[in-house]
Amino acid sequence: MWHALPLIVIISLVYGATRHELMRPILEHAIRFGWWMICFMLILFVIIFIASRNL
Amino acid sequence: MSSNHETPAELDHFAPVPVDLKSPALAAVLAWLWPGAGHLYQGRKGKGFLYMICILFCFFFGLAIGNGHVVYASFKKEDMRYPYLCQIGVGIPAMPAILQNMSDTPLAGSTIMRQPTPPVLEQRHDEKAVWHEQTGFHFELGTLYTEIAGLLNFLAIYDAYAGPVFLVPERKRRKKQVTAGQGQSGEDASPTPSASSVS
Repeated sequence: MWHALPLIVIISLVYGATRHELMRPILEHAIRFGWWMICFMLILFVIIFIASRNL
Repeated sequence: MSSNHETPAELDHFAPVPVDLKSPALAAVLAWLWPGAGHLYQGRKGKGFLYMICILFCFFFGLAIGNGHVVYASFKKEDMRYPYLCQIGVGIPAMPAILQNMSDTPLAGSTIMRQPTPPVLEQRHDEKAVWHEQTGFHFELGTLYTEIAGLLNFLAIYDAYAGPVFLVPERKRRKKQVTAGQGQSGEDASPTPSASSVS
């Protein structure tokens, strides 16, 4: 699971860099996007965890 | 540019910034050959170094956790290395695999990026099976990292060729529309009609 964190950081930074030119918006967008990815993955994890427990 | 010595970017950090792409085709080729090189050629040093550090770290980290074996070029029927089609997106760092493939003996005595010794057969204990035994799940993880590095560089190549796809956060866009009293803001100059933000 820890191997996902560098990927999340790198993907967030690169994606943010494709949408902005200056460093500050890039970093702000990257932080927002990274948190969005983490939250999305956590929600999916909870759903799948609950579903697997009930099987 | 504003006569008050403040550029639009200084007034609004998310405002589109003029970008001099110089020769876009050359920049794209340079961006493919070495991540970030195209942007450095264009004078976009911050983004150039950002792309370079992120993409090369991703690539070499994946290569390292796979013991140097996750990147290799093989197009034989029994061992079609499809991930290499993504890994080659990184450019020169992935090209030694092609040289290894063309050479009968390991280059400089190194087996890094060298294809497994044939035959490579399913259900047989070949050299590729040994690699999987030695690295465990890190072989697949390293493959994933290097593939993602190549694919991210495709984004960087597009950015070098066509410039950034500017994104104005939704709240800022709506605020501007309200304050301007217009249905559509003139500053909403994002080139992609369906641009949306993650707020």
